[in-house]
Amino acid sequence: MGQTIQPLAGIEIEDIGQRTDHMTYLPGMEQIDSSIREAVLSAFAGYQPEAYTAQDVRQALNASIRTPWHFAALLSPAAEPLLEEIATKARAEKRRFFGDNVYLFTPIYISNYCENYCVYCGFNCHNKIRRAKLNMTDIKREMEAISQTGLEEILILTGESRAMSDVQYIGEACKIARKYFKMVGIEVYPMNTDEYAYLHRCGVDYVTVFQETYHADRYEQLHLAGHKRVFPYRIEAQERALRGGMRGVAFAALLGLDDFRKDAFATGIHAYLIQRKYPHAEISFSCPRLRPIVNHDKINPKDVHERQLLQVMCAYRLFMPFAGMTISTRERAGFRNHVIDIAATKISAGVSTGIGGHIGEEQGDDQFEIADNRDVAQVLDAIQAQGLQPVMNDYIYV
Amino acid sequence: MLHDNDTLMLGRHAFTSRFILGSGKYSLDLIRAAVENAGAQIITLALRRANSETDNILDHIPKGVTLLPNTSGARTAEEAVRIARLARECGCGDFVKIEIMRDSKYLLPDNYATVKATDILANEGFIVMPYMYPDLNTARDLVNAGAASIMPLGAPIGSNKGLATRDFIQILIDEIDLPVIVDAGIGKPSQACDAMEMGAAAVMANTAIATAGNIPAMAEAFKKAIEAGRTAYLSGLGRVIDKGAAASSPLTGFLDDETTR
Repeated sequence: MGQTIQPLAGIEIEDIGQRTDHMTYLPGMEQIDSSIREAVLSAFAGYQPEAYTAQDVRQALNASIRTPWHFAALLSPAAEPLLEEIATKARAEKRRFFGDNVYLFTPIYISNYCENYCVYCGFNCHNKIRRAKLNMTDIKREMEAISQTGLEEILILTGESRAMSDVQYIGEACKIARKYFKMVGIEVYPMNTDEYAYLHRCGVDYVTVFQETYHADRYEQLHLAGHKRVFPYRIEAQERALRGGMRGVAFAALLGLDDFRKDAFATGIHAYLIQRKYPHAEISFSCPRLRPIVNHDKINPKDVHERQLLQVMCAYRLFMPFAGMTISTRERAGFRNHVIDIAATKISAGVSTGIGGHIGEEQGDDQFEIADNRDVAQVLDAIQAQGLQPVMNDYIYV
Repeated sequence: MLHDNDTLMLGRHAFTSRFILGSGKYSLDLIRAAVENAGAQIITLALRRANSETDNILDHIPKGVTLLPNTSGARTAEEAVRIARLARECGCGDFVKIEIMRDSKYLLPDNYATVKATDILANEGFIVMPYMYPDLNTARDLVNAGAASIMPLGAPIGSNKGLATRDFIQILIDEIDLPVIVDAGIGKPSQACDAMEMGAAAVMANTAIATAGNIPAMAEAFKKAIEAGRTAYLSGLGRVIDKGAAASSPLTGFLDDETTR
């Protein structure tokens, strides 16, 4: 019987003993030029949120082009009392680039098998949940059901298991998705450039990878086993995806795992540096906070309350006003309705994070608890009620 | 002085002056005074001007000043490459400013040919400073081709019209990691100061000084303007009050106070 450890409030886990070096690539993992990774990590290490003043924040608000320094100020505690002004400016920037448009999509979870031990995630391989993997017939039926709601964009997700959901399997699912949807994104385990190129040929154009936390030591405490434990391979996923021909990449830190301001800063700098090196890339942010999971209902996002989450979203918006931003169903409907007017550009609807949830009974358990259960029609109504314009798709796969 | 260690890096070379002086268009015996009053450490030189048997311009440039030979007269990438190689053979050093014009009326640079010439010359070890029309895609191509700086024009060469391309130069300053040096069109010191306040790494001027009533005095006026603009840029420009009105109902009123402490 091993010792129990508690790397995160709300969760007690069994120590698995000897842990591998999280900074060493495993065999088969492609290594690319590390300069962006190194720059992001040094930005994380160097950011001191307490060093900024209200005057710095005002200077950031007044700038027409915002630099990393402005971004740092907007994420600082000094910016919190100015949130109303920040939100007003963010809303204006959002209008300037996106007008009234709000994009809709839904995620589809096709497998929840996972080989990783991420202590905060419902899918982790030590959490006793019902596991399932959809076959191609199930996937087709799920996609059909989703497309009947009117949605034209889909995000395909799996747990991170190369054994149970290999690249070929994901590719076949994407080919089916292409028949029902105009835009297909994936949020699966990080892979090599040639594998991204293969999935691009299968119809995928957007790759989302959450870094979870940019603090490498903290990352090590939270990702105890599995491929995901290898920190550098994960942080370089977006760059490999772009080299594989993907049109866009999405970035996120799971806020609440570590100092959320530093994690948000690193997320923004990561996206900024990728955009500078690959100017054609479309950039997007997600803004997830920690949520309770099956068997661990005490997990909470600590100091990231709605106010802080909104501050982070506005800082992303002001720093990279052209970037997309997705608001998760982890948040309640009332919050989501407002942030699509201020900072976010994309909202999910009709969400199930379980396996097979779109056509009757779920075969596998959910990844996390969601706080907004509205279906597509209800979300459409809410968007229109605010005078905003729902958009199902404005994209063409070429 | 506010920023003692503020240097302009071109290739591996560091400069404390951010004023690049042209040498054409005025009498040779004024060059020394102009360089001294400008505090310039770099002076451009048209190789074709150095191609004279009588009273060579090179003899009038003070020692210790870095020569920046330009390729004026080149109409194609191949001609620019040839002029650059000749300049190096003549002992003008490794710096080269690429100028390629195939329009003799406006003298606008040919961006496409400039990228080609930059690629070739950077591979030959030149410190390449391309003169270009301020276009972001071209600027990125120049970075990838190995340029040491980007030299966008403010207005047509010799026009003294100032920063006619201001918004596009600002984009280059914001997006390009190399020094962005405003070249051509700067007609008076206030415009040079303006470019430096925007974040330009340096300013190059020739006609504005060459056509002034008192050349050495105007060189000094430019020097002061460029230093003032640089200091202002490094200091962070002050606040400009927005005219926007406050929202009647707060935009953040929806936040859940239960969970906001």
